[in-house]
Amino acid sequence: MLGLEVTDWWSKLFVFDNYGELVVLLQNSIIAGAVLGVVGGLIGVFVIARDMPFAVHGISELSFAGASAGLLFGIGVVPGALGGSLLAALLIGVLGARARDRNSITAVIMPFGLGLGILCLSLYSGRAANKFGLLTGQIVAIDDPQLGALLAISALVVLGLLLIWRPLLFASVDADVAAARGVPTWGLSLVFMILLGLAVAVSVQIVGALLVLSVLVTPAAAALRISSSPVLVPVLSVVFAVTSMVGGIMLALGGSIPISPYVTTISFLIFVVCLVISKIRGRARATA
Amino acid sequence: MTDDSGPTASPSCDGEAVLSLRDATLRFGERTLWSHLDLDVRAGEFVAILGANGSGKSSLLKAILGQVALSSGTATFLGRPIARGNRRIGYVPQQKLADEGVPLRAQDLVALGVDGHRFGFPLPNRQRRQAVDALIRQVHAQPYRRRPLSLLSGGEQQRLRVAQALAGEPRLLLCDEPLLSLDLAYQATISELVDTSRRANPLGVLFVTHDINPVLSMVDRVLYLAGGQIRVGTPDEVLRSDVLSELYGSRVDVIRTHGRIVVVGTPDDTHPHAGHDHTATGSPAEQRR
Repeated sequence: MLGLEVTDWWSKLFVFDNYGELVVLLQNSIIAGAVLGVVGGLIGVFVIARDMPFAVHGISELSFAGASAGLLFGIGVVPGALGGSLLAALLIGVLGARARDRNSITAVIMPFGLGLGILCLSLYSGRAANKFGLLTGQIVAIDDPQLGALLAISALVVLGLLLIWRPLLFASVDADVAAARGVPTWGLSLVFMILLGLAVAVSVQIVGALLVLSVLVTPAAAALRISSSPVLVPVLSVVFAVTSMVGGIMLALGGSIPISPYVTTISFLIFVVCLVISKIRGRARATA
Repeated sequence: MTDDSGPTASPSCDGEAVLSLRDATLRFGERTLWSHLDLDVRAGEFVAILGANGSGKSSLLKAILGQVALSSGTATFLGRPIARGNRRIGYVPQQKLADEGVPLRAQDLVALGVDGHRFGFPLPNRQRRQAVDALIRQVHAQPYRRRPLSLLSGGEQQRLRVAQALAGEPRLLLCDEPLLSLDLAYQATISELVDTSRRANPLGVLFVTHDINPVLSMVDRVLYLAGGQIRVGTPDEVLRSDVLSELYGSRVDVIRTHGRIVVVGTPDDTHPHAGHDHTATGSPAEQRR
């Protein structure tokens, strides 16, 4: 009896019927996942260097509110998500220059955003799958125009990040010295918040508001466990993020379960492996 | 080259003036931090900035960096008015330990001094590598140049900050309590690094410190801030009981013993951590390794 239930459960988790056709059918989602991996892997390095994982969570909840409002008022999910996350990112950026302020402002914004989003969703009378998807992620719903918007925003974020990479890194690790050396720290932090807002808005539509951290934070955190090289860390972080996203989507394709549990599990496992590696290395260093 | 008998006798400061302050005043709202400051810092000169807590020592550095505007008076660097973010001014901040989550090794921190202000992704580049190599040699950080920053001790990190500040051939080095929370051995190392760099380059040094002793043998002049007033002169001229008593407006004793100077009776003394003589051995951070 129990055995039967477990196989039943297992066959729900991993469904590979007509897999080849599904891959073709859902290639939009796979492309979107890979691109999102690149964005999340790169920006995650700065999210951690600037000590902002909690702020990312706050931005994603307001992005969820925006997307829900977009759904309710028929503006569309993409503009709604963009509006919500940019507003949150700028609020946190302007009011939360210091880490302590930033945490309390994030904590104030986050439940408000979540509440607002739930309100909009309960008033919305459209398809239920859409509703749930904004919180926990979805793959089926990505059509061509949406993919286009996603690619354009992602390209903007990646190019923007590469352009400000060096001074932003300087400002992130040593703001006082960077300012003394003529780095426009205030302007850079504002630009970074805008890029972060864009990245969150893109992620919310695919992995869902609750799980954005698994793409924007976990891969970079894992990479930082095993390397400190300013070149290797972003490369590894991107590899980890793309692996989690594309791997998660591939596993989720056939079944009826949202993609997020797959993505978050892969991303978490990569982190655990990196953590173990760093512990072993630390022990080797201590005994050496 | 400059071989003078001691720190008091017109020392290594016959170079050109790199920094000039004229009748400079800094006010925050109603409060005047200091006023009528006239100061010329010459290439190769070592000036220590001492004074009470909150007397505006760090603000003076911020004004020279162009981050705070003077309320009145003028400040010129290399003959031009102070502008924000000058590459010819090096800055060494208080030691604060880098935490994990910073994608930098020792040499990468130094590299940020070389071209961290430039836009674009840092691709490997020979010129940059040579500049970083030279700076790392200058502060003797070769043994740990590839180690992650977060695994280095406070003293090792501070060495790298000096190297970072020396990038771009500065003519003036501003140090804001760079010895704080370092053990005695590293206090000596960092002070000597600053001392040799100012003679070699040569560059002017403004060195904010609450304890003159680690740098006493190197200092050409002392700038003492207290109660909105300023005294500038050689250590023998300024660090005297009568001068400091007048400055603080209450009795202050300057005691010289075993080649060290201890200032007793300043208002800061009531706080156990703000004494002028730090003989504590190694902070917890330093011992962490």
